[in-house]
Amino acid sequence: MIRVQLPGHLRTLAKIDGEVKLEVDGPVTQRSVLDALEARYPMLRGTLRDQVTQQRRAFVRFFACEQDLSHESPDAPLPDAVVTAVEPFLVVGAIAGG
Amino acid sequence: MSKVRVLVGTRKGAFVLESDGKRERWDINGPHFAGWEIYHVKGSPADPNRLYASQFSGWSGQVVQRSDDGGKTWNPVGNKFVYDGVAGTHQWYDGTPHPWEFKRVWHFEPSLNDPDHVYAGIEDAAMFQSTDAGQNWQEMPGLRRHGSGPHWQPGAGGMCLHTILIDPTDPKRIFIAISSAGAFRTDDGGETWRPINHGLHSQYIPDPDAEVGHCVHRIALHRSRPNVLFMQKHWDVMRTDDAGDSWKEISGNLPTDFGFVIDVHAHEPETVYVVPIKSDAEHYPPEGKLRVYRSRSGGNEWEPLTKGLPQSDCYVNVLRDAMAIDSLDACGVYFGTTGGQVYASADAGDNWAPIVRDLPAVLSVEVQTLP
Repeated sequence: MIRVQLPGHLRTLAKIDGEVKLEVDGPVTQRSVLDALEARYPMLRGTLRDQVTQQRRAFVRFFACEQDLSHESPDAPLPDAVVTAVEPFLVVGAIAGG
Repeated sequence: MSKVRVLVGTRKGAFVLESDGKRERWDINGPHFAGWEIYHVKGSPADPNRLYASQFSGWSGQVVQRSDDGGKTWNPVGNKFVYDGVAGTHQWYDGTPHPWEFKRVWHFEPSLNDPDHVYAGIEDAAMFQSTDAGQNWQEMPGLRRHGSGPHWQPGAGGMCLHTILIDPTDPKRIFIAISSAGAFRTDDGGETWRPINHGLHSQYIPDPDAEVGHCVHRIALHRSRPNVLFMQKHWDVMRTDDAGDSWKEISGNLPTDFGFVIDVHAHEPETVYVVPIKSDAEHYPPEGKLRVYRSRSGGNEWEPLTKGLPQSDCYVNVLRDAMAIDSLDACGVYFGTTGGQVYASADAGDNWAPIVRDLPAVLSVEVQTLP
């Protein structure tokens, strides 16, 4: 089970209360976590990554275990603490005013 | 008694304002989609409870929302806008080629007779449509591919397709406008398009009379006379009597002919409204006086409408999609400002009052006249 925390405006969009808990088949990577997230909440498609290129949106960041994983390969394994649900996978809006 | 519903898109959410036919007391519902930029909300003429909203944020991109109950509840629908085939390039601000990239939806125009059919005008400029109530979107690629697309360039607000007008007598004839490319027309339901900019003159492009490149801010028509279009260009207020084949200037005695909005009275096809803005650098009314100008002669002779509007120290803007007209017997006129006010006149512009004063900056205003 993977824990995912989303920014407030995306929780509102997807009607999510609190943290998301996902079952991910196979290797736990950014891509597999986002695939599982979008499968359960289709309204999030396009809000985190481009629907065609799969590239992370410029003002979206991925953090976990006090590390910035935004620029890691989407197919790189996530930290063990995320895989074992000790730590959440954090989706964060970049600080950009507004 | 008839009712009116005003749909307001702002920088930080959408608002639904409702009143009876007197248009004196208003219920204000919102914000919907709080914190998101709402570029446009529009209802279907065929089913007034069917609304489409363009919801956008710089963080999370484009979301499309649909309501089937007049804006009480909303659900996200499809937001995948993919250009048909190889997107190609248009001109960037400096004249160099720049790849076409989807950014946001500026405008929804529901079909006149099918609530599940809706057109979307997007940035970078292209025309899309959905025939399943917004679940899936397909480009109408004939517009970008008619030949002049590589020469289009963005205006200051981006390269946006912001106006879609469907001919009420012939739904296969559609007029659209793009900043900064100009106006275009299809006569075959969107298969083929052609520029309709003859007569426009723009000093800010290398050839001021070029076929494309004009920064058209808004076009409007009266449903009884769809061959007559009125245009607020970057500078110049224009008119065509032949469905865009030729345009002539009707700025007349306006204090400035820069502006964004233009609209036509619901029952008087020769009565036209604009809100003059000082200049392209100074996006506020001349002399700090917010004045709607009305022509009852189809242009050239304009009268200022000021009763109830601030006549000193007013420095707001009125953006291109932020004026609308209801169709009650005493025609109502509405507009929203970047200062967050929505003003309404229930007597065709003679007297004005704010419906609401302190919204986020208003991006769009639409009105529905309900039974």
